[in-house]
Amino acid sequence: MSQTHEATEVSEVAPLAVRMHGIHKAFDAVRVLTDVDFEVSRGEVHALAGGNGAGKSTLMKILQGVYSKDAGTIEVDGHEVDVRSTHDARAAGIGMVFQEFSLVPTLTVAQNIFLGVEPLSRGLIRDREAEARAREVFAQMAVDVDPRAVVGRLGTAYWQLTEIAKALAQDARVLIMDEPTASLARHEADALFELVGRLKERGISVIYISHRMDEVFRIADRITILRDGRRLMTERLVDTTPAEVIEGIVGGAVEGEMAYRRRHSHPGVDAGAPPVLELREVTAGPRVQGVSFSVGAGEIVGIAGLMGSGRTELARALFGIDPIRSGEVRVRGKAVRLGDPRRAIAAGIAMIPEDRRAQGLVLDHSVRDNLLLPLLGRFRSGPLVDDRAARSEARKLVQRFRVKVADDSKPVRRLSGGNQQKVVIAKWLGTGPSVLVMDEPTAGVDIGTKTEILETIRDLADAGMGVVVISSEYPELLAVSDRVVVLREGSVHRVLDRDAIPDENSLQLSVQGA
Amino acid sequence: MATTSSPPATAAQAPPQREGLLQRLDWRRYIIYIGFVVVFAAFAITLGDDGFLSTNNLLNIVRQSAIIAIIAVGMTYVIACAQIDLSVGSTAGLASVVTAMAISSYGLVAGIAAGLLVGLVVGCINGALVSMLNIPSFLVTLGMLGIAVGVAQWITDSAPQPILDPTYNLVFGGGNFGPVPGLLVWMVIVVALGAVGLAKTRFGRQVLATGGNRMAADFTGVNTRRVTFSVLVISSVLAALAGMLYAGRLESGRFQWGSGDELSAIAAVILGGTSLFGGSGAVIGTFVGALLIGLINNGLVLAGLDTSQQQVVRGVIIILAVALARRK
Repeated sequence: MSQTHEATEVSEVAPLAVRMHGIHKAFDAVRVLTDVDFEVSRGEVHALAGGNGAGKSTLMKILQGVYSKDAGTIEVDGHEVDVRSTHDARAAGIGMVFQEFSLVPTLTVAQNIFLGVEPLSRGLIRDREAEARAREVFAQMAVDVDPRAVVGRLGTAYWQLTEIAKALAQDARVLIMDEPTASLARHEADALFELVGRLKERGISVIYISHRMDEVFRIADRITILRDGRRLMTERLVDTTPAEVIEGIVGGAVEGEMAYRRRHSHPGVDAGAPPVLELREVTAGPRVQGVSFSVGAGEIVGIAGLMGSGRTELARALFGIDPIRSGEVRVRGKAVRLGDPRRAIAAGIAMIPEDRRAQGLVLDHSVRDNLLLPLLGRFRSGPLVDDRAARSEARKLVQRFRVKVADDSKPVRRLSGGNQQKVVIAKWLGTGPSVLVMDEPTAGVDIGTKTEILETIRDLADAGMGVVVISSEYPELLAVSDRVVVLREGSVHRVLDRDAIPDENSLQLSVQGA
Repeated sequence: MATTSSPPATAAQAPPQREGLLQRLDWRRYIIYIGFVVVFAAFAITLGDDGFLSTNNLLNIVRQSAIIAIIAVGMTYVIACAQIDLSVGSTAGLASVVTAMAISSYGLVAGIAAGLLVGLVVGCINGALVSMLNIPSFLVTLGMLGIAVGVAQWITDSAPQPILDPTYNLVFGGGNFGPVPGLLVWMVIVVALGAVGLAKTRFGRQVLATGGNRMAADFTGVNTRRVTFSVLVISSVLAALAGMLYAGRLESGRFQWGSGDELSAIAAVILGGTSLFGGSGAVIGTFVGALLIGLINNGLVLAGLDTSQQQVVRGVIIILAVALARRK
C-alpha cells in the first residue's frame, strides 16, 4: 500500500498551497459552516466529501470568491489573500472546473480559454496567438484538442479539458474539480485521472469533490470529510477504508419516519400474474445497456446508482423520451412499443420527472388546469371541455392527494415544493396507469412533505400499481423499496431484496462498488 | 515521483469528433453570400433590359440599403448579445425631427449633437431598464418604440421639419463624394468599425460570450450587465445616426422616418447568419443581408410588381433564406 501511495509522503512535507482556517459562514442566521479548517499541499490531490448540505460546495464557493466568509482566513502559497470575487480567486491562482460547465458554446476552444484575457495588439485580439498558446497548454496536458473547434460541437469530455486548460492558461496552481467524472464515459474518466497525475507532477494541487469512493481512493492523497458544516476528519487515504469514509459521510442518518415499513399487501413478484412492468435486455439512449428487471403489481422497486450510472436515462427510456434501441418492455405481460411519451401513457406508464418545475408542471396555470391537462380528452361535451365534470374531478384529486391549497384555481407557482410534487403525482394518477416511474420524487422538499410523499408512494403500491422509484437518496430508497436495482455504468449491477440490505452503508457500498 | 495513477500517457487518447462538421458549418455560414449572388444573377438576367445593371440603379440599391445596414450593424450587437431592440425605427424618426428642429434654432453643430444625444438618451434608458432591472429587452424596447415615435409626433405636431442647411444635407446622406454617394461612405465606415469591433476586440468577444452563455461569462469575470447596457446604447446611437441620414437625404425631419425599419434590420441580421438566440454574430453577414433586402426591393420594383405583391414576395424570400440558413 505505502508504495502505491508514495506521493502521499511527498505531499506531507510539501509546502501548503491553500490553507483555510476557522471558516464560518451563515445564510440568514442558518449556520452552514462552523470553524472549518481545510488545507491542501502543493502537488496534492485532496478529496473533499460530505453528504448533501454538509457544506462542501459552500466551502468551495468561499474559496472561489462566489460567497464571502463571515470569519476565518484564507492563505494561498503562504500569503493571506482577501478573496472577494471570482476575479480575486483567479488572480490568487485558484482555478475551477465547474460541474455546470462555464464555457460559451458558440465560441471556439481558444476563445473560451482566453475569454477576458485575450492577447491584444493595438486593441485588437490576436486570435492566432491565442490559438498557439492554447495549443501549448494542451501539449503540456498531453491531450489533443483543436483550439479552433467550436465548443458547442464538442463532447463533454472536451469541455472539461477546455475548462482545465482555461484554468491552467491563467496560471492556476490549485484546481477545484466538482464531480468531474459525472458526465464522462469510462475511458474518458481514465484519461482524466492520468491528466490529474500529470498535473500533480507539475506541482499543481487538485481539490477533488466526488461521491465515488473508488475514484477518490484511486487518485487522492488525503480526504477531508465535512458533516453538518463542521470538519469531521482529514485523513490520508492509506490510513482509512472506504467503509470508514462512507460511515463518516452518512453518519447517524435520521431514522424514524424514514424507516421501511413492510406493507400488508407487499406481494413481491407474484408467481401467477405477470409483472406489471418487465424490461428485457433494454438498451436505450446514451447510457442504458442491456437492463433487465421486473416490477410486480403492488411492488415498489428502487433504482440506485451514481450520477451518470444511467438512472435518469432509464426513466427517460421508459417514458419514451429516449429511443429504445434493442430489447423489450412489457406492461402486464404485453410487449409495448415506446418511443414517445404519448405511447408510454397509452401503454399505462406514468412518469414523475426529476425536474418537476421544468418538465412536470405549467407553473403559471392553476392547480386545476395542471391536474386536468392529461385528462382533457375525458371531459368532453361535444367539441368543448365539460367544465363541471372536470372541476369535480380536480377537486377529488386534490382531496385524495392532500394537496394543501384552499382554492384549486390558484397558480401552481404559489404552492410549496412538496405540494407541487403532489400535484404532479395526482396529475398522472388521473390517467389510471399500471406503472408509475418516479425520478427523484422528493428532491427539494422538506422532511415533512417527504414522509407524506413516501406515504403516498406506499398507498399507490397498495392499490396495486407497480412503482419504480429512482433516487440518489439512500434513506428514501430504503424507506419504500421492496427491492433495489443497483445500476452501474448503464447496466444492472445487482438486484437486492430489501431484507438483504441491513443498512444504508451497505447499500452505499454496493452502489460505490467498493 | 510515483503517482497513484498509471504512468503518464505519451499521446492523447481523445478520438477526433468533428467529421464533416466543417463543411456543414461553412455551407450555412456562406448561404447569405450564395443567396446574394443567386438573387443578383436572377435579376441581372430577367431585368437586365429594365436597367437593373446600370450604374445608377446599382448605386440606388446601395442608397436604399445603406440606412438599414447602419441600423442592422447595431442590431447585430444586440442580437448577438441575446437581446432585441424594437425601438430603432422610432428612435431614427425622433432623432430626425430633433436634429431638424435644433438646426433651425441653434445651427448645424447643435443639430448634429442633439440628434446623437437622442440616441444616447434612448439607449441609456433601454440599457438601464434591461440590464439593471432585468426587464426583458423585448418589452422595454417595444414600449420605447411607442414612446419615441409619440414624442417625435408630439413635439412636431406631426408636421415635417424642413432642414435648410445645405452643409448638413450634403454631409448627411444627400450628397455625393465624386461619383460615390455619401450614404455609401457612411455605411462603409459603420460596417467596418462594427465588423472589427465585434470580431476583434475584447468588448466584441464579451458581447458574444454574454449572448452565448451569460452565466459562463459572469463566472469568467465579464461584466454582463455593462455589456448588455452597452449594446443597447450602440444600437440606439446608430439608429439615431440613421435617422439623421434620413433627414439629410430627404432634407427634413419627420416622425415617420425609419418607421418599420426594426423589422428590416432584424431580417438583415438573421439573414446574415447571426443566431436569434445570441452567442454568434457577423457584421459582414448583416451587411450583405441588408444589401440583399435592398436588392430584392429594387428588383421587385423594376419588375413592375405593385406594393402589395412586393411585400408578399419579400416575405417569402426572407423566410426561405432564413430556413435555408438554419442549423439542422
